Amino acid sequence: MSNPVQELKGPVQASSPNVKARRGVKIATPAALRLPANIFLAIPLAVAVAFGVHLWASKNQPAPETNSYNLFLGALLFLSIAAAAVQPFWSHLRRWMQHMCPIIAAAISLLCLWEVITSGLRWLPMPYFPSPAGVLQSLVDDRALLFDSTWHSLLLLLSGYALGVAVALVTGVCIGWFAPARYWGMPLLKVIGPIPATAWVPLAMVVSPSAMFSAVGLIALAVWFPVTMLTASGISNTRASYLDVARTLGAGPWYLIFRVAIPAAMPNIFIGFFMGLGASFLTLVVAETVGVKSGLGWYVSWAQGWAEYGKVYAALVIMAAFFSTIMTMLFKVRDRVLVWQKGVIKW
Amino acid sequence: MVTSSAQTVATEGASLRFAGVSKDFPTPDNVEARTVALDNVSLSIAAGELVSLVGPSGCGKSTLLRLTAGLDTPNSGELYIGTEMITGPSAERGLVFQDPNLFPWLTVRHNIESGLVARGKLHEKRHEVAEFMRLVGLETFANAYPHHLSGGMAQRVALARALINHPKVLLLDEPLGALDAFTRMRMQDEVLRLWQARNTTMLLVTHDIDEAIYMSDRIVIMTPRPGRIERTIPITLERPRQRNSPEFLRLRGEILEMLHFAGAEKATA
Repeated sequence: MSNPVQELKGPVQASSPNVKARRGVKIATPAALRLPANIFLAIPLAVAVAFGVHLWASKNQPAPETNSYNLFLGALLFLSIAAAAVQPFWSHLRRWMQHMCPIIAAAISLLCLWEVITSGLRWLPMPYFPSPAGVLQSLVDDRALLFDSTWHSLLLLLSGYALGVAVALVTGVCIGWFAPARYWGMPLLKVIGPIPATAWVPLAMVVSPSAMFSAVGLIALAVWFPVTMLTASGISNTRASYLDVARTLGAGPWYLIFRVAIPAAMPNIFIGFFMGLGASFLTLVVAETVGVKSGLGWYVSWAQGWAEYGKVYAALVIMAAFFSTIMTMLFKVRDRVLVWQKGVIKW
Repeated sequence: MVTSSAQTVATEGASLRFAGVSKDFPTPDNVEARTVALDNVSLSIAAGELVSLVGPSGCGKSTLLRLTAGLDTPNSGELYIGTEMITGPSAERGLVFQDPNLFPWLTVRHNIESGLVARGKLHEKRHEVAEFMRLVGLETFANAYPHHLSGGMAQRVALARALINHPKVLLLDEPLGALDAFTRMRMQDEVLRLWQARNTTMLLVTHDIDEAIYMSDRIVIMTPRPGRIERTIPITLERPRQRNSPEFLRLRGEILEMLHFAGAEKATA
């Protein structure tokens, strides 16, 4: 009687996930045991070149403007040498370095190129295209205001995004699940949804009591459309057989919606979250540029008004870091929630 | 091990009765016409009986199973479980498809639990989950996700998920059809073991004559367009049955012949 169980164990172990993982580590270890010199020397070399370029390019510039760039390059050099020295004893660091060193070295090389064509050869008109040293200096000088602007942007983005997602999940599930909601809601969604949220700016300015309020509303609107659309299509495309099985297991409507349709739609819903996040970045910056008197979007247009292009680029650098961090966090959340897809779908 | 755990979860089966059941569907390429899937089908199944429905594609056997599950309603006629008329799906009639249809977002354990969760009985009956995982030999895979399972294992999970509700009737729609020949024969024994241990009434749709003879108390042969019961053959071979005994082979020949006369060579495939 216990026979089938025993037979099962043989073939099954080979396909069980932890066995695969263990085997994967074994293969990875010898390969990563020693890091080739060209990999761990890539960053120190790139930094050395950057130093040279910087010395040459900044010889006709006042020292204080270039000081932070020197410090930055020095810190990079120190860290990369320290990492190269430590990595033989630290396998995690080694694996990370193997992956990241070429990319970081390439980024530093791009900084060199940037410096060469701006403050070096002066190919680009000066006030509009400052050197990386100038941008870094603006960033350091204006750090308090930049931090404050980032904080305000974060608050505005999160409140708008959260509101948009909350409303969109409700409308999306209703449109996807209930036929009458679909009949009446879908045309509305199809007509109103594709209008870019930023096109509502004139109306939002008239209707809403404060700029902050209208900005939250616009971001929420920008998020609402893709999340609703994808949630609704995910819910309505739930495999009928999952619902049939659940019904024969004694499931009521509550279970069918929250335990079958919504989990089944989750991959779709996350696509909506990502699209909504992209739309919310755009709307955030536009709203801050035209109405709200704080945040990174406001900072960029304010700095541009004073022709301080170093600050403009400093804000752009912050934006890049800020938005990509938020995007990365959403990816992490998805990896957690959709862990059951791992091995089924390539992300 | 198996018998002891099976005894504690045993349930009584219930009888089934189909009285003049007819069902038609709109024809896909012609809105006016209707395809008759079942035409005036009547059948009685005793409590604890294992009955196979055999016949070529389109003879309405899956439709009959869906009607019994309560997922569809007949155009005319009635279906009864015990003395009660079937009006909709219920946990007392479990259904297992050819595709295991496990919820891919749930682990093996949570898939098996889903019937209890759906009925709000998880707290009360949580102790049974481990028992059912043992019953189908999956206790070491409690936390695996369905895509890590082989076809046979996934189908075991589907069986355990259906059985945890202690259904009085288990409806099996070609549950072993997608498995390779060896896994299939082993799973036939497992289903028989579960059936004997739990005394559940089982209605099995299959394309496989050998499977039908090996497993059933009675084989119902159906013909297509319109779906009707051609005849019913009681199988009186002693259990456990020998797949290569002379009586088995003779019966097999007879049924194949019968299906041939019924104008359905396809059924042997």
